[in-house]
Amino acid sequence: MKLALVTDLHANREAVEAVLGHAHAQGAQRFVFLGDYVGYGADPGWVVDTLRRYLDEGAIAVKGNHDAAAVQGAQPTMVADAREVVAWTHGQLDAEQLALLDRLPLSVRDGDCLYVHANAYAPTGWGYVTSRLDAVRSMHATDARLTFCGHVHEPLLFHLSGTGKVGDFTPVPGVPIPLSPQRQWLVIPGSAGQPRDGNPAAAYATFDTVSGDLTYHRVPYDHEAASAKVLAAGLPARLAQRLIDGH
Amino acid sequence: MDTEAGPAKSSWRLAAGQVIDGFRLDAHLHQGGMANLWAVTRLGSDDPMPLIMKVPRIKGGEDPTSIVGFEVEQMILPSISGVHVPKFIAKGDFTGQPFIVMERLSGDSLRKRFDDAPLPIDEVVRCGALIATALHDLHRQHVVHLDVKPSNIMFRKAPDGSRSDAVLVDFGLSRHDFLPDLLDEEFELPMGTGPYMSPEQVQFIRNDPRSDLFALGVLLYHLLTGERPFGAPTSVRGLRQRLYQDPLPPLAWRPDCPPWLQELVLRCLEVQPDKRHQSAAQLAFELQNPEQVVLTERAARRARSGRVQTLRRWFAALGAEPAERGNAAGQAARSPILLAAVDVANADPALLDAVRDTVQRLLHTEPGARLACLAVLKINRIGMDELLDKDGGSKHVGLLVQLKHWARPLLQDLEATRPEQAGRVTFHVLEAPDAATAIVDYARKNQVDHIVMGARSSGGLRRYLGSVSAEVVAQSDCTVTVVRSVLRGI
Repeated sequence: MKLALVTDLHANREAVEAVLGHAHAQGAQRFVFLGDYVGYGADPGWVVDTLRRYLDEGAIAVKGNHDAAAVQGAQPTMVADAREVVAWTHGQLDAEQLALLDRLPLSVRDGDCLYVHANAYAPTGWGYVTSRLDAVRSMHATDARLTFCGHVHEPLLFHLSGTGKVGDFTPVPGVPIPLSPQRQWLVIPGSAGQPRDGNPAAAYATFDTVSGDLTYHRVPYDHEAASAKVLAAGLPARLAQRLIDGH
Repeated sequence: MDTEAGPAKSSWRLAAGQVIDGFRLDAHLHQGGMANLWAVTRLGSDDPMPLIMKVPRIKGGEDPTSIVGFEVEQMILPSISGVHVPKFIAKGDFTGQPFIVMERLSGDSLRKRFDDAPLPIDEVVRCGALIATALHDLHRQHVVHLDVKPSNIMFRKAPDGSRSDAVLVDFGLSRHDFLPDLLDEEFELPMGTGPYMSPEQVQFIRNDPRSDLFALGVLLYHLLTGERPFGAPTSVRGLRQRLYQDPLPPLAWRPDCPPWLQELVLRCLEVQPDKRHQSAAQLAFELQNPEQVVLTERAARRARSGRVQTLRRWFAALGAEPAERGNAAGQAARSPILLAAVDVANADPALLDAVRDTVQRLLHTEPGARLACLAVLKINRIGMDELLDKDGGSKHVGLLVQLKHWARPLLQDLEATRPEQAGRVTFHVLEAPDAATAIVDYARKNQVDHIVMGARSSGGLRRYLGSVSAEVVAQSDCTVTVVRSVLRGI
């Protein structure tokens, strides 16, 4: 079965449409969403409605920190821009949409795969996996062979061997990586709705559960339109510029 | 310890007749240090390709080298293809019986021939060209082999017996530009085979394709002299010696070694990758065109460097950190072979100028490029040709003179700006009945990356005969630039 792993959609309709279209064309049979459906972007309602449609069709989805914040209010650790957007987003969503976000689980275990937004060691602490040390901590906290998470917006791949040696890798889009069954892997597909690695194209990944091949993808989309909508909504100009720069 | 512990438990339990994932074990072929090889048959398949199954030896305790190496090969082999690697068929992971099934190549590895070294010069050269060609194909597929040695080189005969290709096997230490390097963090010792390891591999650099050229240099040195250029060190200190001590030149062992061959072998063995050939294709090219090799002081060496120089190098090597290198395919792409196919005898002078201008621009943008200038002397398919003109001069030489004359402005420009690149310009006159076929064959054999040639002229005869450039564009595997001169009088 071919999974599509989409994370950090951040209310970016243009990016999400492009990613879902690309994933369907790649033959994705099941969708896994790793959280942060809202926050930063101008279309939170549309993204949550789209998520609902996919959930009805059997998709898996976990909750991100921005989703929790949209429901409960901003966390004290959030940066100023994010806090401002949290309040705005809350006002954009109706009770039903907020309830859907509130109901999402923090993590889902499916066979040897773990899906979680931030990390496996403390899902509600929202700690970032940005180094080999963080990755080891997360992989040690689960017996799942494969952990798929988001939260960090740059595509990354970590691996841990049976002898305890950890490695990291910056993936090349479009090249299938056979995930050897002899080790643990931690997969960060990269953000669909707000990429931060200098490339404005939307990021996501596909994983073939039979062959074990993981492929990272970059999908160009109309990021100028998405950026203009952020400005038109009266959200911080820095958030609009980030979509243009991919930073 | 191996002998006491006996053969690997997991593979020893395997027996002929057993079926694993649809493959029947037929015969145990070989037990190596890391793996066992079995001849196998795929049940229910009528594909006649003979197959082998490689099964890792899992020794009593933990043995990361064989496990991780096997993991690496399982990852890389399916991603590469072509005549220079064994065809990948299937793999099984460590949750069941770990294995890789691949094409079984007939014949022996080059290891067998090694015991007979020193070998005849022409055999050494032929071997070198075949292996360099195979390495270039691998590098273009983004893989550095990193364990080039005789036992990892096999040969494949074309079905019609017309040619033989080198096939590289065992990718357990290899590195793919686009895949995670599972070996990167695994070991605290340099990885490779002692005698063949490049200086940068000793310093833990694993992404430079020129490391494979160093190993090929060691291999050729051994075939040529029967000796190892750096011995067979077993300690890191011993391995590091190659960073400052140069090998005894082949001519010291073997007076019949042609100076050009010594030049090539010693260039492969340079400590700095920048001083070696910049791509395997460039080495293959020189091995196939010895008359074009530019001889330096390497060709004239009769002894090792003196003590003072060795000491100086030792000091330099002490604190030397290897520069971070690029990647396999990038390195190959930065060092392209350009072929200027020039119809010097017949083409319009304006067109000849335009072709030269284009070549010059390409050389300026590709400082690592080498240029081969080619003209074709047409001969008839049937019967003997008159290869002397009416005044008794050789047509071949006449064409070569014209070709060099055409290239003169290019050479002058290069000598003024980049003398090293000027030394890499070569000239070739081919005698063939069909120019297009000759150009395409030459480009293929010499792994040319880019052909530059003139468009057909507008003359009636040309139109009737058809266009050589159109034919080359249609037939060749590489990039072709067809140049037109500016139209005048319209």
